[in-house]
Amino acid sequence: MSLWQKHAIFEKNSIVLVIGILVVIAIGGLVEIAPLFYLKNTIEKVDGVRPYTPLELAGRNIYVREGCYLCHSQMIRPLRDEVERYGHYSLAAESMYDHPFQWGSKRTGPDLARVGGKYSDDWHRDHLRDPRSVVPGSVMPTYGFLFKTDLDFQHVAEDLKVLRLEGVPYSQEMIDNAAKDVATQASADSPDAADLAKRYPKVQAREFAGNSGRVSEADALIAYLQMMGTQVDFSIYDDKANIR
Amino acid sequence: MANALAPQKQMTFGEGGLVLTFIALAALCIVIAAKAYTPEYAFHAYLFTAASIAAVFAIINRYYDRPAERAPLTIDGKPNYNMGPVKFATVAAMFWGIAGFTVGLIIALQLAFPALNFDLQWISFGRLRPLHTSAVIFAFGGNVLLATSFYVVQRTSRARLAGDLAPWFVILGYNFFILIAGTGYLLGITQGKEYAEPEWYSDLWLTVVWVTYLLVFLATLWRRTEPHIYVANWFYLAFIVTIAVLHLGNNATVPVSIFSSKSYIVWSGVQDAMVQWWYGHNAVGFFLTAGFLAIMYYFIPKRAERPVYSYRLSIIHFWALIFLYIWAGPHHLHYTALPDWAQTLGMTFSIMLWMPSWGGMINGIMTLSGAWDKLRTDPVLRLMVVSVAFYGMSTFEGPMMSIKIVNSLSHYTDWTIGHVHSGALGWVAYISFGAIYCLVPWLWNRPLYSLKLVNWHFWVSTVGIVLYITAMWVSGILQGLMWRAYTSLGFLEYSFVETVEAMHPFYVIRALGGFLFLCGALIMVWNLWKTVNSAEKAETAGLALAPAE
Repeated sequence: MSLWQKHAIFEKNSIVLVIGILVVIAIGGLVEIAPLFYLKNTIEKVDGVRPYTPLELAGRNIYVREGCYLCHSQMIRPLRDEVERYGHYSLAAESMYDHPFQWGSKRTGPDLARVGGKYSDDWHRDHLRDPRSVVPGSVMPTYGFLFKTDLDFQHVAEDLKVLRLEGVPYSQEMIDNAAKDVATQASADSPDAADLAKRYPKVQAREFAGNSGRVSEADALIAYLQMMGTQVDFSIYDDKANIR
Repeated sequence: MANALAPQKQMTFGEGGLVLTFIALAALCIVIAAKAYTPEYAFHAYLFTAASIAAVFAIINRYYDRPAERAPLTIDGKPNYNMGPVKFATVAAMFWGIAGFTVGLIIALQLAFPALNFDLQWISFGRLRPLHTSAVIFAFGGNVLLATSFYVVQRTSRARLAGDLAPWFVILGYNFFILIAGTGYLLGITQGKEYAEPEWYSDLWLTVVWVTYLLVFLATLWRRTEPHIYVANWFYLAFIVTIAVLHLGNNATVPVSIFSSKSYIVWSGVQDAMVQWWYGHNAVGFFLTAGFLAIMYYFIPKRAERPVYSYRLSIIHFWALIFLYIWAGPHHLHYTALPDWAQTLGMTFSIMLWMPSWGGMINGIMTLSGAWDKLRTDPVLRLMVVSVAFYGMSTFEGPMMSIKIVNSLSHYTDWTIGHVHSGALGWVAYISFGAIYCLVPWLWNRPLYSLKLVNWHFWVSTVGIVLYITAMWVSGILQGLMWRAYTSLGFLEYSFVETVEAMHPFYVIRALGGFLFLCGALIMVWNLWKTVNSAEKAETAGLALAPAE
């Protein structure tokens, strides 16, 4: 059959074969990925989503560093049991400033997309130091060292600059105040707290890890955990608003 | 030039250029180490410096030791194969294999007994898990692919491997990447993208190594004395080319500074999720499937001494597989915030993918036509055929799990872990073991020390795999059902931690399965060690055999 013989052009010419491979593998990727960048309904407009504060961002980086995403998802699916267990299903807009995304693929532990405000700071401290002290059946490792390690945030403004380059709407003011904002958010009753709240609406500022006078990695991580999933006010969220 | 009797020994352009490049790299890395933001990054910069200096010394040493003329392409009309890099990658594969299986066993035990995290951040589950996946996929699997591809492309082209230093740069550079990636995980350097955890500088290094790999492979094909490129090489090419594309797309990132190990991926949220699983699923499709199918297409016909079952089926298998695989990524994102149309496309193509997968399986297994009796007598061939059977099983299971309604149960549970391991242990590792059992006697020109030990390896590992995957099926489905169980009053029946506690016995069984699999691999190392160190030369020198057609 002649068609089979025509295949010889791929078998006798490595460059033609490479081009053939490139063309064939490009199609699926292009069709699935490219439209996500321009179809408006990929990320619906939602009120309340703001960039991470420098402290939350630092906490998120610790979350990434320790590989939390390997056991905890951040993506509540619109299934009855998940919505009842974890809260409103996750919206695309809620992770629009996540570089990288941390939706995860495995729930050895529970989903964390809406863990913010569910437990007290005290609970988080105990839980990070010794998970089995508050959840006896837990298999989570201990993270006591986070309380002993000072947060390194002297370069945090550079992090914000890179993220602005990638499209996160950090203003020049936010970048200029980045390091100061870390210290402000991790302390109780700072005089700069009002400024911080102007830059980052609904920000929570207090001594998250309870180690007064210094900013530890635990402060950053708990600050991140306590804001997760709290940005969108679902009492006024209209899930039909974006249906066209 | 003036001396007509003995050619003047001259440093080649490649040698000189590489020496200068490595000197420059060493200098750059010293500066980076001095100004690094974190001690962990400084440590990596020093590693790069040390490796660069070692490379300079190695190249100069080699220059003084080598004859003035370059190695001939043929000797007495026969190709002068370059098997040094192949040997190195084969040994490296076994080394990383044992390391990766061991770390897998440790993290399996950590899930059953969390005290085994020992309150140490460097060996906590979250840092060891990427070490396990990278060690088995990229270190063990990667070295198997490097070794077999450099072997197969030479034999089926009847040509010496292209390049003088280039193949060594590929093998050593790749293993250095593994070292940087692995130590990085323990120190907390990670991008936080599954199966793509290494940070920007490791990714850059890998890009250089990988492009060299592609060039060496292509240049060897250009030297071929056979008119046709053998089917195994199509699959190797698809693997090399596609992994390059995926690597560049998924790791597009902006470092915070050249003095910082931290970078931020340019994609975010839903787009990053799609790019990640476009990459992630095709790391499975092209690294763990296409590359190892190439191994199947060379080593099974060789070992069975039978031609590939169907030439036409291999053509369809090849193009259909690489076309369909690339679409399958969204099945990792069912019911997430990824748009529905993308999820549906991903599911549809994942189901279609079943067909070329089974086409390939049939082509592999039916290659035994007329040689089925060898399954009884040759445990190496049995390993490879069982691997293809496992391939068939997991490529049925995969499409089934990609159906949205099935996925709503299986996703986020151990079922996924079980599925991955039936493919990884049953298919990838078994076809690799089979290939290495073939390669080592051929490369070192010794008969295999003991077929009986291969038999032991096969059975111990197989029992291990069966324990592993059945434990994960039960725990995955059980946990998925517990999460969605309601009481008669309409309340969720189980708290999350109750479902975690229910997993414990299965985690213990899984660890036992992993332990048996590791034992099998240790039996293999012993067998290969005795083979390489035996005084006896093989009667039929492997290198004299003709390539499979």
